[in-house]
Amino acid sequence: MNQLIVNPSALIFALALVALAFLISLKEKIGLQKDLVVGVIRAVIQLTIVGYVLTYIISVNRIWLTLLMVAIIVFNAAWNARGRARGIPHAFVISLLAITVATGVTIGLLLLAKAIAFVPSQIVPISGMIASNAMVAIGLAYRSLNGQFHDKRQELLERLALGANRYQTAINVVREAIRTGMSPTIDSAKTVGIVSLPGMMSGLIFAGVDPTKAIMYQIMVTFMLMAATSIGSTIACYLAYPQFFNANMQLRTIQH
Amino acid sequence: MAETIFDIQDVGLTVSHQTLLSHISFTVAPGEFVTITGPSGSGKSTLLLLLATLLTPTEGQIIFAGKPQQDYEKTVYRRLVSYCYQQPSLFGNTVADNLAFPFQIRQKKVNHDRMVAALAEVNLPADMLKKHITELSGGEKQRVALIRNLIFTPKVLLLDEITTGLDAVTKDTVHHVMANFNKQGITIITVTHDESELAAADRLINIVGGRMEVTA
Ligand SMILES: Nc1ncnc2c1ncn2[C@@H]1O[C@H](COP(=O)(O)OP(=O)(O)OP(=O)(O)O)[C@@H](O)[C@H]1O
Ligand SMILES: [Mg+2]
Repeated sequence: MNQLIVNPSALIFALALVALAFLISLKEKIGLQKDLVVGVIRAVIQLTIVGYVLTYIISVNRIWLTLLMVAIIVFNAAWNARGRARGIPHAFVISLLAITVATGVTIGLLLLAKAIAFVPSQIVPISGMIASNAMVAIGLAYRSLNGQFHDKRQELLERLALGANRYQTAINVVREAIRTGMSPTIDSAKTVGIVSLPGMMSGLIFAGVDPTKAIMYQIMVTFMLMAATSIGSTIACYLAYPQFFNANMQLRTIQH
Repeated sequence: MAETIFDIQDVGLTVSHQTLLSHISFTVAPGEFVTITGPSGSGKSTLLLLLATLLTPTEGQIIFAGKPQQDYEKTVYRRLVSYCYQQPSLFGNTVADNLAFPFQIRQKKVNHDRMVAALAEVNLPADMLKKHITELSGGEKQRVALIRNLIFTPKVLLLDEITTGLDAVTKDTVHHVMANFNKQGITIITVTHDESELAAADRLINIVGGRMEVTA
């Protein structure tokens, strides 16, 4: 099955598409030219490196190397999520824990169900998919927590004044933040196949895999991402909300 | 029972190099009605927030019923010393959500009759419970917020300009509620600019520029 013909020269032509985006940004004064260039350069470098790394990892097929690769992915995802936490204390540790558990539990269940096998060619890309979705969910949840603790400050103060504990004060905010974190996954589950043809499924079909197989994989991925984003954002929110209070059970002003 | 319910000992608060309050010392006897006044920005609300443990003094200490504030569990303390914000805001969707909250945080079953009785005390009808919080007038909001503090009777009530902006009749109702609670032995500390309230005050504390001004 070698219908796939992306060669370097084809990629050079694809750069024309970026040039188009660049021109639009320039002409419409959107000011994204620098980000576009940085994005293109980073994508090319990162993907080239990871391509060779993956090839190596898959060819040697060692457990420790596979786990190391997963650990690196999870670490990067946590680091990235921390970046969206805008000053929430301990955000890195919280994100690391949340993404590790989300990835671990989901992959563990898939392995138990024998839906996937413990081989690098399956574990690494699936971990990447899970960790990146958990990362986005957690980032959104953090943003929602920050926004709500800011916007609903007076209401939260009133609850504290009435003698509520941290949990009783913040529970509504926490629930809303978890909802916000999960909403892209749920929305995309609702529209999968009718609005979006997700990357993995399209990629498999593109590469010549039988569409029914590709679709089955996509169904599995959809379920797995629901689990991963709910686990990830729940853990992150439950660990993050107490950070908005100080030791005297007062609201902290988080420095952005 | 302790002789004093509050013993405020040389209390000060400095926030980011700005001294908001300094050298505040006074005692309050159980059941007393204390009125605090002073110019805008002088630190009156800040003082009540310190009494409520919603701010923590950077100087001195506050003894409540014989024990320093920090020896109390915060939730327990704040249920005993109930603070009503200047310009309080309601939360949730309906008035009922607000009055149910004090029950919920105590893990008690929400008592509908008690909510209705509390509303009646401030001259609000029972069907107010179902009203959405955005449909209330300023004065109605203020009264709902007040009974949120009162539905479980505290030991001390800290009331921050709660009659500001109320018409004469409603103001009278609120005065009645305060007087009733005070008669039951509840200590009340209020902040006010209101002439009539100042004239009626038993004990007046004047805060000017973050310090106590001794009045004759
Ligand atoms: N968290 C804070 N950080 C820094 N300054 C504050 C803070 N809270 C209040 N202030 C300042 O402290 C001073 C006293 O404020 P406070 O609210 O206690 O005044 P007030 O006497 O209640 O005034 P008013 O009669 O207008 O309600 C004001 O100058 C205010 O700007
Ligand atoms: Mg004030």
